[in-house]
Amino acid sequence: MRERDDEWTGLMRSAIAGDSAAYHRLLKAVTPVLRAAARRGLARAGQPVDQSEDIVQDILLAVHLKRHTWDVTAPFAPWLFAIARNKLIDALRRRGRRIFVDIDDFAETLPGEAPAETASASEVAAQLQTLPARQRDVLQSIAVDSASIKDTAAKFSMTEGAVRVALHRGLASLTAKLREL
Amino acid sequence: MDTDQLIRTLAADNTHRARPVGFALMLALLAAAPVSLLMFFTELGVRPDVMVAMRNPFFDLKFAVTLALAIAAIAVSLHLSRPEASLRGFGWLLLAPVGILSAAIGGEMMMPQRLPMMTRLVGKNWWTCLTAIPLMSLPLLAGALIGLRHGAPARPAVAGAIAGLLSAGLAATLYASHCTDDSPLFVAAWYTIATALVTAIGALAGAKLLRY
Repeated sequence: MRERDDEWTGLMRSAIAGDSAAYHRLLKAVTPVLRAAARRGLARAGQPVDQSEDIVQDILLAVHLKRHTWDVTAPFAPWLFAIARNKLIDALRRRGRRIFVDIDDFAETLPGEAPAETASASEVAAQLQTLPARQRDVLQSIAVDSASIKDTAAKFSMTEGAVRVALHRGLASLTAKLREL
Repeated sequence: MDTDQLIRTLAADNTHRARPVGFALMLALLAAAPVSLLMFFTELGVRPDVMVAMRNPFFDLKFAVTLALAIAAIAVSLHLSRPEASLRGFGWLLLAPVGILSAAIGGEMMMPQRLPMMTRLVGKNWWTCLTAIPLMSLPLLAGALIGLRHGAPARPAVAGAIAGLLSAGLAATLYASHCTDDSPLFVAAWYTIATALVTAIGALAGAKLLRY
Protein backbone atom coordinates (compact mmCIF):
# COMPACT_ATOMS: atom_id res chain seq x y z
CA MET A 1 0.00 0.00 0.00
CA ARG A 2 2.81 2.37 0.96
CA GLU A 3 4.75 1.51 -2.20
CA ARG A 4 1.67 2.01 -4.31
CA ASP A 5 1.05 5.46 -2.81
CA ASP A 6 4.66 6.50 -3.33
CA GLU A 7 4.52 5.36 -6.92
CA TRP A 8 1.33 7.38 -7.52
CA THR A 9 2.84 10.45 -5.91
CA GLY A 10 5.93 10.14 -8.09
CA LEU A 11 3.87 9.72 -11.25
CA MET A 12 1.71 12.72 -10.40
CA ARG A 13 4.76 14.89 -9.78
CA SER A 14 6.10 13.92 -13.20
CA ALA A 15 2.69 14.60 -14.72
CA ILE A 16 2.53 18.09 -13.20
CA ALA A 17 6.04 18.70 -14.53
CA GLY A 18 4.67 18.00 -18.02
CA ASP A 19 5.17 14.25 -18.52
CA SER A 20 1.95 13.14 -20.22
CA ALA A 21 3.04 9.49 -20.39
CA ALA A 22 3.43 9.43 -16.60
CA TYR A 23 0.01 11.02 -16.29
CA HIS A 24 -1.50 8.35 -18.55
CA ARG A 25 0.11 5.60 -16.45
CA LEU A 26 -1.13 7.16 -13.24
CA LEU A 27 -4.73 7.39 -14.45
CA LYS A 28 -4.57 3.78 -15.65
CA ALA A 29 -3.18 2.71 -12.29
CA VAL A 30 -5.79 4.44 -10.13
CA THR A 31 -8.80 3.44 -12.24
CA PRO A 32 -9.17 -0.19 -10.98
CA VAL A 33 -8.98 1.04 -7.38
CA LEU A 34 -11.62 3.70 -8.05
CA ARG A 35 -13.81 1.17 -9.84
CA ALA A 36 -13.68 -1.33 -6.98
CA ALA A 37 -14.58 1.40 -4.48
CA ALA A 38 -17.42 2.71 -6.66
CA ARG A 39 -18.85 -0.82 -6.93
CA ARG A 40 -18.67 -1.33 -3.22
CA GLY A 41 -20.35 2.01 -2.59
CA LEU A 42 -23.15 1.20 -5.01
CA ALA A 43 -23.60 -2.30 -3.62
CA ARG A 44 -23.86 -1.00 -0.09
CA ALA A 45 -26.45 1.55 -1.18
CA GLY A 46 -28.46 -1.21 -2.84
CA GLN A 47 -27.83 0.24 -6.29
CA PRO A 48 -26.89 -1.77 -9.40
CA VAL A 49 -23.10 -1.96 -9.59
CA ASP A 50 -23.12 -1.66 -13.38
CA GLN A 51 -23.35 2.11 -12.93
CA SER A 52 -19.91 2.18 -11.38
CA GLU A 53 -18.20 3.21 -14.61
CA ASP A 54 -20.13 6.48 -14.76
CA ILE A 55 -18.82 7.28 -11.28
CA VAL A 56 -15.27 6.30 -12.25
CA GLN A 57 -15.35 8.64 -15.24
CA ASP A 58 -16.83 11.42 -13.13
CA ILE A 59 -13.96 11.01 -10.64
CA LEU A 60 -11.33 10.97 -13.39
CA LEU A 61 -12.69 14.19 -14.90
CA ALA A 62 -12.66 15.90 -11.50
CA VAL A 63 -9.12 14.69 -10.80
CA HIS A 64 -8.06 16.10 -14.13
CA LEU A 65 -9.71 19.51 -13.81
CA LYS A 66 -8.78 20.02 -10.15
CA ARG A 67 -5.23 18.67 -10.18
CA HIS A 68 -3.86 22.18 -9.57
CA THR A 69 -5.32 21.92 -6.04
CA TRP A 70 -2.96 19.05 -5.27
CA ASP A 71 0.08 20.13 -3.27
CA VAL A 72 3.09 18.56 -4.99
CA THR A 73 4.83 18.14 -1.64
CA ALA A 74 1.94 16.08 -0.22
CA PRO A 75 1.13 12.41 -0.89
CA PHE A 76 -1.25 11.91 -3.79
CA ALA A 77 -3.55 9.16 -2.45
CA PRO A 78 -5.37 11.20 0.26
CA TRP A 79 -6.12 13.93 -2.27
CA LEU A 80 -7.36 11.39 -4.81
CA PHE A 81 -9.56 9.58 -2.32
CA ALA A 82 -11.03 12.86 -1.07
CA ILE A 83 -12.17 13.67 -4.61
CA ALA A 84 -13.37 10.11 -5.18
CA ARG A 85 -15.37 10.09 -1.96
CA ASN A 86 -16.96 13.42 -2.82
CA LYS A 87 -17.96 12.21 -6.28
CA LEU A 88 -19.26 8.89 -5.00
CA ILE A 89 -21.43 10.61 -2.37
CA ASP A 90 -22.72 12.97 -5.08
CA ALA A 91 -23.55 10.08 -7.37
CA LEU A 92 -25.39 8.14 -4.68
CA ARG A 93 -27.26 11.25 -3.60
CA ARG A 94 -28.31 11.88 -7.17
CA ARG A 95 -29.70 8.36 -7.21
CA GLY A 96 -31.88 9.29 -4.30
CA ARG A 97 -30.12 8.10 -1.20
CA ARG A 98 -28.14 9.75 1.48
CA ILE A 99 -25.21 7.52 2.13
CA PHE A 100 -22.08 7.76 4.18
CA VAL A 101 -19.05 6.64 2.30
CA ASP A 102 -16.22 5.30 4.34
CA ILE A 103 -12.77 6.51 3.36
CA ASP A 104 -11.62 2.95 4.06
CA ASP A 105 -13.58 1.96 0.97
CA PHE A 106 -10.67 3.41 -0.92
CA ALA A 107 -7.75 2.98 1.38
CA GLU A 108 -8.23 -0.73 2.00
CA THR A 109 -8.63 -1.79 -1.58
CA LEU A 110 -6.45 -4.77 -2.33
CA PRO A 111 -4.94 -4.86 -5.80
CA GLY A 112 -6.27 -8.38 -6.46
CA GLU A 113 -9.93 -7.57 -5.98
CA ALA A 114 -10.07 -4.86 -8.60
CA PRO A 115 -11.98 -6.01 -11.65
CA ALA A 116 -9.87 -5.35 -14.70
CA GLU A 117 -12.44 -4.97 -17.44
CA THR A 118 -13.76 -1.66 -18.62
CA ALA A 119 -17.48 -1.60 -18.08
CA SER A 120 -19.74 0.53 -20.20
CA ALA A 121 -20.53 4.06 -19.17
CA SER A 122 -23.27 6.14 -20.69
CA GLU A 123 -23.32 9.55 -19.01
CA VAL A 124 -20.14 11.01 -20.49
CA ALA A 125 -21.01 9.65 -23.93
CA ALA A 126 -24.50 11.14 -23.73
CA GLN A 127 -23.27 14.56 -22.60
CA LEU A 128 -20.64 14.51 -25.34
CA GLN A 129 -23.45 14.78 -27.86
CA THR A 130 -24.65 18.06 -26.34
CA LEU A 131 -21.29 19.84 -26.75
CA PRO A 132 -20.66 22.40 -29.50
CA ALA A 133 -19.67 20.64 -32.74
CA ARG A 134 -16.03 21.76 -32.70
CA GLN A 135 -15.39 20.55 -29.14
CA ARG A 136 -17.22 17.29 -29.80
CA ASP A 137 -15.26 16.60 -32.99
CA VAL A 138 -11.95 17.22 -31.26
CA LEU A 139 -12.85 15.08 -28.24
CA GLN A 140 -14.07 12.25 -30.42
CA SER A 141 -11.03 12.38 -32.64
CA ILE A 142 -8.68 12.06 -29.67
CA ALA A 143 -10.78 9.67 -27.57
CA VAL A 144 -12.38 7.35 -30.10
CA ASP A 145 -10.03 7.56 -33.08
CA SER A 146 -6.91 7.78 -30.85
CA ALA A 147 -5.62 10.62 -32.99
CA SER A 148 -2.86 12.85 -31.63
CA ILE A 149 -3.31 16.60 -31.17
CA LYS A 150 -1.27 17.09 -34.33
CA ASP A 151 -3.33 14.67 -36.45
CA THR A 152 -6.54 16.16 -35.10
CA ALA A 153 -5.35 19.64 -36.03
CA ALA A 154 -4.59 18.47 -39.58
CA LYS A 155 -7.91 16.64 -39.91
CA PHE A 156 -10.03 19.68 -38.99
CA SER A 157 -7.68 22.31 -40.50
CA MET A 158 -7.13 23.86 -37.07
CA THR A 159 -3.96 25.00 -35.36
CA GLU A 160 -2.64 22.72 -32.61
CA GLY A 161 -3.29 25.52 -30.13
CA ALA A 162 -6.94 25.69 -31.18
CA VAL A 163 -7.25 21.91 -30.80
CA ARG A 164 -5.80 22.14 -27.27
CA VAL A 165 -8.23 24.91 -26.35
CA ALA A 166 -11.23 23.00 -27.77
CA LEU A 167 -10.09 19.84 -25.98
CA HIS A 168 -9.79 21.55 -22.62
CA ARG A 169 -13.03 23.51 -22.97
CA GLY A 170 -14.81 20.34 -24.05
CA LEU A 171 -13.62 18.45 -20.96
CA ALA A 172 -14.54 21.36 -18.70
CA SER A 173 -18.06 21.71 -20.08
CA LEU A 174 -18.59 17.92 -20.02
CA THR A 175 -17.80 18.03 -16.32
CA ALA A 176 -20.11 21.00 -15.76
CA LYS A 177 -22.94 19.17 -17.53
CA LEU A 178 -22.40 16.02 -15.47
CA ARG A 179 -22.62 18.12 -12.31
CA GLU A 180 -26.00 19.48 -13.36
CA LEU A 181 -27.50 16.01 -13.94
CA MET B 1 -16.83 6.60 -24.46
CA ASP B 2 -15.11 3.88 -22.47
CA THR B 3 -12.78 4.70 -19.63
CA ASP B 4 -9.57 3.95 -21.53
CA GLN B 5 -10.62 6.43 -24.16
CA LEU B 6 -11.40 9.02 -21.53
CA ILE B 7 -8.01 8.48 -19.90
CA ARG B 8 -6.28 8.93 -23.26
CA THR B 9 -8.17 12.19 -23.74
CA LEU B 10 -7.27 13.48 -20.28
CA ALA B 11 -3.60 12.63 -20.85
CA ALA B 12 -3.71 14.58 -24.12
CA ASP B 13 -4.92 17.61 -22.15
CA ASN B 14 -2.07 17.34 -19.61
CA THR B 15 -0.33 20.34 -21.18
CA HIS B 16 -3.13 22.59 -19.93
CA ARG B 17 -2.08 24.35 -16.76
CA ALA B 18 -4.68 25.87 -14.47
CA ARG B 19 -3.79 28.90 -12.36
CA PRO B 20 -3.53 28.36 -8.60
CA VAL B 21 -6.72 29.09 -6.68
CA GLY B 22 -5.04 31.98 -4.84
CA PHE B 23 -4.32 33.70 -8.12
CA ALA B 24 -7.89 33.24 -9.35
CA LEU B 25 -9.24 34.54 -6.04
CA MET B 26 -6.99 37.61 -6.15
CA LEU B 27 -8.02 38.45 -9.73
CA ALA B 28 -11.71 38.04 -8.98
CA LEU B 29 -11.49 40.21 -5.84
CA LEU B 30 -9.57 42.90 -7.72
CA ALA B 31 -12.27 42.89 -10.37
CA ALA B 32 -15.04 43.18 -7.77
CA ALA B 33 -13.37 45.78 -5.54
CA PRO B 34 -14.09 48.82 -7.78
CA VAL B 35 -17.83 48.11 -7.54
CA SER B 36 -17.75 48.14 -3.73
CA LEU B 37 -15.48 51.19 -3.71
CA LEU B 38 -17.86 53.02 -6.01
CA MET B 39 -20.78 52.19 -3.69
CA PHE B 40 -18.74 53.42 -0.74
CA PHE B 41 -17.61 56.73 -2.24
CA THR B 42 -20.97 57.63 -3.81
CA GLU B 43 -23.15 56.72 -0.82
CA LEU B 44 -20.97 57.02 2.28
CA GLY B 45 -17.44 58.40 1.94
CA VAL B 46 -14.74 58.72 4.59
CA ARG B 47 -15.87 60.60 7.71
CA PRO B 48 -14.84 64.28 7.59
CA ASP B 49 -12.95 64.24 10.90
CA VAL B 50 -10.80 61.28 9.92
CA MET B 51 -7.50 63.02 10.75
CA VAL B 52 -8.65 63.59 14.33
CA ALA B 53 -10.26 60.16 14.57
CA MET B 54 -6.98 58.46 13.69
CA ARG B 55 -5.59 59.62 17.01
CA ASN B 56 -8.28 57.61 18.77
CA PRO B 57 -6.99 54.04 19.27
CA PHE B 58 -10.55 52.68 19.17
CA PHE B 59 -10.98 54.06 15.66
CA ASP B 60 -7.79 52.27 14.58
CA LEU B 61 -8.84 49.07 16.35
CA LYS B 62 -11.89 48.79 14.08
CA PHE B 63 -9.50 48.27 11.16
CA ALA B 64 -7.44 45.76 13.12
CA VAL B 65 -10.61 43.72 13.68
CA THR B 66 -11.99 43.92 10.14
CA LEU B 67 -8.63 43.33 8.44
CA ALA B 68 -7.84 40.42 10.75
CA LEU B 69 -11.18 38.92 9.75
CA ALA B 70 -10.54 39.44 6.03
CA ILE B 71 -6.98 38.10 6.09
CA ALA B 72 -7.84 35.09 8.25
CA ALA B 73 -10.81 34.27 6.01
CA ILE B 74 -8.64 34.52 2.87
CA ALA B 75 -6.13 32.09 4.38
CA VAL B 76 -8.85 29.67 5.50
CA SER B 77 -10.70 29.81 2.18
CA LEU B 78 -7.51 29.00 0.26
CA HIS B 79 -6.84 26.10 2.61
CA LEU B 80 -10.40 24.80 2.20
CA SER B 81 -10.14 24.94 -1.60
CA ARG B 82 -8.24 21.63 -1.44
CA PRO B 83 -10.46 18.55 -1.51
CA GLU B 84 -8.81 16.78 1.41
CA ALA B 85 -8.74 19.83 3.70
CA SER B 86 -11.01 20.51 6.65
CA LEU B 87 -11.37 23.39 9.11
CA ARG B 88 -9.38 21.42 11.67
CA GLY B 89 -6.04 23.09 12.37
CA PHE B 90 -7.00 26.20 10.40
CA GLY B 91 -10.31 27.32 11.85
CA TRP B 92 -8.63 28.89 14.88
CA LEU B 93 -7.31 31.63 12.57
CA LEU B 94 -10.85 32.98 12.49
CA LEU B 95 -10.61 33.61 16.23
CA ALA B 96 -8.01 36.35 15.63
CA PRO B 97 -10.57 39.13 15.02
CA VAL B 98 -12.64 37.87 17.98
CA GLY B 99 -9.56 38.08 20.20
CA ILE B 100 -8.69 41.60 19.09
CA LEU B 101 -12.27 42.73 19.60
CA SER B 102 -12.48 41.17 23.09
CA ALA B 103 -9.24 42.87 24.07
CA ALA B 104 -10.58 46.18 22.77
CA ILE B 105 -13.80 45.82 24.77
CA GLY B 106 -11.74 45.03 27.87
CA GLY B 107 -9.57 48.07 27.22
CA GLU B 108 -12.54 50.36 26.82
CA MET B 109 -14.12 49.04 30.04
CA MET B 110 -11.06 50.08 31.99
CA MET B 111 -11.09 53.65 30.73
CA PRO B 112 -13.34 56.45 31.98
CA GLN B 113 -16.17 57.06 29.49
CA ARG B 114 -18.28 60.11 28.76
CA LEU B 115 -21.20 58.05 27.45
CA PRO B 116 -23.07 55.22 29.18
CA MET B 117 -22.52 51.69 27.92
CA MET B 118 -25.89 51.33 26.21
CA THR B 119 -25.39 54.56 24.28
CA ARG B 120 -22.02 53.36 23.02
CA LEU B 121 -23.46 49.96 22.12
CA VAL B 122 -26.44 51.28 20.16
CA GLY B 123 -24.53 54.17 18.64
CA LYS B 124 -25.89 56.50 15.98
CA ASN B 125 -25.26 54.55 12.81
CA TRP B 126 -26.46 51.04 13.53
CA TRP B 127 -28.93 50.95 10.68
CA THR B 128 -26.37 52.27 8.17
CA CYS B 129 -23.94 49.65 9.47
CA LEU B 130 -26.47 46.83 9.05
CA THR B 131 -27.27 47.80 5.47
CA ALA B 132 -23.99 49.22 4.14
CA ILE B 133 -21.74 46.31 5.14
CA PRO B 134 -23.91 43.60 3.52
CA LEU B 135 -24.54 45.69 0.39
CA MET B 136 -20.87 46.53 -0.14
CA SER B 137 -20.05 42.87 0.56
CA LEU B 138 -22.17 41.49 -2.24
CA PRO B 139 -19.87 42.36 -5.19
CA LEU B 140 -16.88 41.09 -3.21
CA LEU B 141 -18.74 37.91 -2.26
CA ALA B 142 -19.58 37.29 -5.91
CA GLY B 143 -15.91 37.81 -6.79
CA ALA B 144 -14.72 35.52 -4.00
CA LEU B 145 -17.10 32.75 -5.07
CA ILE B 146 -16.02 33.05 -8.71
CA GLY B 147 -12.39 32.83 -7.67
CA LEU B 148 -12.98 29.91 -5.31
CA ARG B 149 -14.77 27.95 -8.01
CA HIS B 150 -11.26 27.11 -9.22
CA GLY B 151 -10.83 25.10 -6.06
CA ALA B 152 -12.39 21.82 -4.97
CA PRO B 153 -13.78 22.28 -1.45
CA ALA B 154 -15.01 19.17 0.36
CA ARG B 155 -17.85 21.15 1.92
CA PRO B 156 -19.10 23.84 -0.45
CA ALA B 157 -21.43 25.47 2.08
CA VAL B 158 -18.60 25.91 4.60
CA ALA B 159 -16.31 27.29 1.90
CA GLY B 160 -19.10 29.67 0.87
CA ALA B 161 -19.56 30.82 4.46
CA ILE B 162 -15.84 31.62 4.70
CA ALA B 163 -16.13 33.55 1.44
CA GLY B 164 -18.92 35.50 3.17
CA LEU B 165 -16.64 36.28 6.14
CA LEU B 166 -13.92 37.35 3.74
CA SER B 167 -16.12 39.77 1.81
CA ALA B 168 -17.77 41.10 4.98
CA GLY B 169 -14.31 41.74 6.44
CA LEU B 170 -13.28 43.76 3.40
CA ALA B 171 -16.57 45.66 3.22
CA ALA B 172 -16.46 46.39 6.96
CA THR B 173 -12.95 47.81 6.53
CA LEU B 174 -14.38 50.36 4.09
CA TYR B 175 -17.39 51.04 6.30
CA ALA B 176 -15.22 51.56 9.40
CA SER B 177 -13.65 54.63 7.80
CA HIS B 178 -17.11 56.19 7.39
CA CYS B 179 -18.68 55.31 10.71
CA THR B 180 -18.34 57.66 13.68
CA ASP B 181 -19.22 54.95 16.19
CA ASP B 182 -15.82 53.78 17.37
CA SER B 183 -16.78 51.87 20.51
CA PRO B 184 -15.74 48.20 20.37
CA LEU B 185 -19.19 47.46 21.82
CA PHE B 186 -20.79 48.91 18.69
CA VAL B 187 -18.45 46.87 16.50
CA ALA B 188 -19.15 43.70 18.47
CA ALA B 189 -22.90 44.15 18.08
CA TRP B 190 -23.62 45.59 14.64
CA TYR B 191 -20.60 44.59 12.58
CA THR B 192 -21.14 41.05 13.85
CA ILE B 193 -24.81 40.96 12.83
CA ALA B 194 -23.95 42.36 9.38
CA THR B 195 -21.14 39.83 9.00
CA ALA B 196 -23.38 36.96 10.06
CA LEU B 197 -25.90 37.94 7.40
CA VAL B 198 -23.24 37.95 4.66
CA THR B 199 -21.87 34.65 5.97
CA ALA B 200 -25.30 33.06 5.69
CA ILE B 201 -25.70 34.33 2.12
CA GLY B 202 -22.23 32.99 1.34
CA ALA B 203 -23.09 29.56 2.75
CA LEU B 204 -26.28 29.33 0.69
CA ALA B 205 -24.59 30.51 -2.50
CA GLY B 206 -21.51 28.37 -1.88
CA ALA B 207 -23.59 25.21 -1.46
CA LYS B 208 -24.73 25.71 -5.05
CA LEU B 209 -21.73 27.34 -6.69
CA LEU B 210 -18.72 25.71 -5.09
CA ARG B 211 -19.59 22.09 -5.88
CA TYR B 212 -17.07 20.62 -8.27
